Amino acid sequence: MRLVLDIAVTHVLARVRQTLVGMFGVAMGVGFSVMMAALMEGSQRDFVTQLVDSLPHITISDERRHPPRQPAEDVYAAVQFSGLRTPVIRPGIRNPYAIMASVETWLQGAVAPSVATRAVIRYAGRDTAANVTGIDPRREVSVSKLASQIREGTLDSLYKSSNAVILGDKLAAKIGARVGNTIALVSGTGQILTCTVVALLHTGISQTDETQAYTLIKTAQILTGQTALVNAIRIRTTDILAARDVAARIEAQTGYKSVSWQEANEDLLSAFQVRNFIMYTVVGAILLVASFGTYNIISTITHEKTRDIAILKSLGFTERTVRSIFFVEAVIIGLAGTVLGWILGFVLCLMLGSVEFKSPFMDATTLPLYYSPSHYLMAAAVAMTASGIAGYLPARKAAGVHPVEIIRGAS
Amino acid sequence: MSAPGKPSVSRDLLELRRVTKTIGDGVATTLVKDIDLVVRSGEFVAVTGPSGSGKSSLLYLLGLLDVPTSGDVLVEGRPASRLDEVARAHLRLSLLGFVFQFHFLLPEFSALSNIMLPMRALGRLDDAAMRRRALELLASLGLEDHAHKLPGQMSGGQRQRVAIARALANEPLVILADEPTGNLDTHSSEQVLAIFRHLVDETGRAIVMVTHDLDLAARADRQIRIVDGRRVT
Ligand SMILES: Nc1ncnc2c1ncn2[C@@H]1O[C@H](COP(=O)(O)OP(=O)(O)OP(=O)(O)O)[C@@H](O)[C@H]1O
Ligand SMILES: [Mg+2]
Repeated sequence: MRLVLDIAVTHVLARVRQTLVGMFGVAMGVGFSVMMAALMEGSQRDFVTQLVDSLPHITISDERRHPPRQPAEDVYAAVQFSGLRTPVIRPGIRNPYAIMASVETWLQGAVAPSVATRAVIRYAGRDTAANVTGIDPRREVSVSKLASQIREGTLDSLYKSSNAVILGDKLAAKIGARVGNTIALVSGTGQILTCTVVALLHTGISQTDETQAYTLIKTAQILTGQTALVNAIRIRTTDILAARDVAARIEAQTGYKSVSWQEANEDLLSAFQVRNFIMYTVVGAILLVASFGTYNIISTITHEKTRDIAILKSLGFTERTVRSIFFVEAVIIGLAGTVLGWILGFVLCLMLGSVEFKSPFMDATTLPLYYSPSHYLMAAAVAMTASGIAGYLPARKAAGVHPVEIIRGAS
Repeated sequence: MSAPGKPSVSRDLLELRRVTKTIGDGVATTLVKDIDLVVRSGEFVAVTGPSGSGKSSLLYLLGLLDVPTSGDVLVEGRPASRLDEVARAHLRLSLLGFVFQFHFLLPEFSALSNIMLPMRALGRLDDAAMRRRALELLASLGLEDHAHKLPGQMSGGQRQRVAIARALANEPLVILADEPTGNLDTHSSEQVLAIFRHLVDETGRAIVMVTHDLDLAARADRQIRIVDGRRVT
């Protein structure tokens, strides 16, 4: 094996320029792959973080995935029911505090109750629909980033007056209300509640900022006319990727529909999969092109070296040994190119990461880059596989030559 | 030379039994036809014949570089021509040594490294022993000053002697030489012939040498003549 390596290294070193070209080809491929992977995963993670931070990781709602068994089914053994009416009022989660306490015994994370309802905001003679969510500010801080999204006040401002409300900033702008103004919330059942705007909410997601309002749980309960109602329990898991499993466990335990952030954003995540697929295809193509360079070099070397191959075979080298010489040459070029490409990729990432995007509407931001050894390993694996194949094909052909033909031709 | 001394009884090293080699599938060309030949230890055999008569082809068959169309090649009494590529390569590596008209050294490797190639491939000796043996061989061929030169930095005669040293590296039983003096001046040719003579007389090896030169052939122990692929003497 050392002999094979010696011959291979000698061949490669005797062709500095060709070898460098091949190496740079692989290095470019690996470097750009690493950079692209860092960019793609960086932006994806950035997006997911924003998404996940703005929402609870799991929401337990008072719905069930399947209609509950009707007593009639048991009594009459009926096959099917149709036209069952859902009650107008939301049922709420039964014993929400017991469920929360039981989940808290094993959950790695935090739990907070909430009351979701809809209401019409009446202000300055106009009616605007809004989603009103009653929260417990002390618990809320541990399940969402809501506290950090409050402007002109804090989450605790909700305690400042008896019926305090926080409005989405766009919602407030739409109705023309400011902090300190008094608005009326009108519920579906006709309940009218006079509230004071104590702060504004800015999540950056327009949909939310235009429709969302937060109150204390108690206020929302009064609005629905159902005291003690809790129709959603929100959970933040320490490990965001565990959310799906945790949700399934809670659902199995309580029977209530528990939706993890992954489930809620299934379409988005599958869009990421498509994006990743595209990325891997592009990366693969780059590396494939790079490996053509290696193929070319090894082909050239084997052509130039047919005489040497005949010599080695006449000395008693086996086909296998001859083949491995040229294969190893490709591996050497691939390895050197990969290491160089790693450095290149890292430097490219550093450079990209230092570019600042300035905009009058935002703070200066930099590109979200994610550094992961797996990007480097993946690029290396693809590059080495491609180099191996690029070397193996001409090596196999070269090793197959009949020494007699070459020796006859040369003498 | 550190090879075994000349054995008292000579034995059969290489044997051709009714060996025929044809090539081409449509109109077949016969390179070698029904040749019987026994090469014994301590024997210097010269092969002569007109150009194109099949001398080289015969040597390739003897050296297991080529496979006969019919008949068999025996190495130390054992049929060898039907062995697989790996087994034939191993026999070549351990028992046979080739010297061609053109030196056929690897251009990027020094004389010393070229000589060590077959030893390293065989892997019987450790690094130090291989090196020692290669230097001994170089010295015995008068090349001690050229150990670290590349083939391109040596004369034709020197290169050919390096090639002979390489052929001797694994102490082969038989040296197969195809016009080894074809490119050499008289002085170098004499050197090569003296080396061969020495090998045969002192170490009991066998040499099969293809040559055009009838004077050189006359100095062998035995001559065989090939005409049109057939052995005539
Ligand atoms: N691949 C081939 N295709 C056709 N004919 C071939 C081929 N190889 C060799 N021959 C022919 O086979 C015959 C024997 O060739 P070989 O090289 O053995 O002769 P030789 O005795 O060594 O000749 P020389 O003294 O010129 O070296 C020649 O007539 C040659 O032209
Ligand atoms: Mg010939």
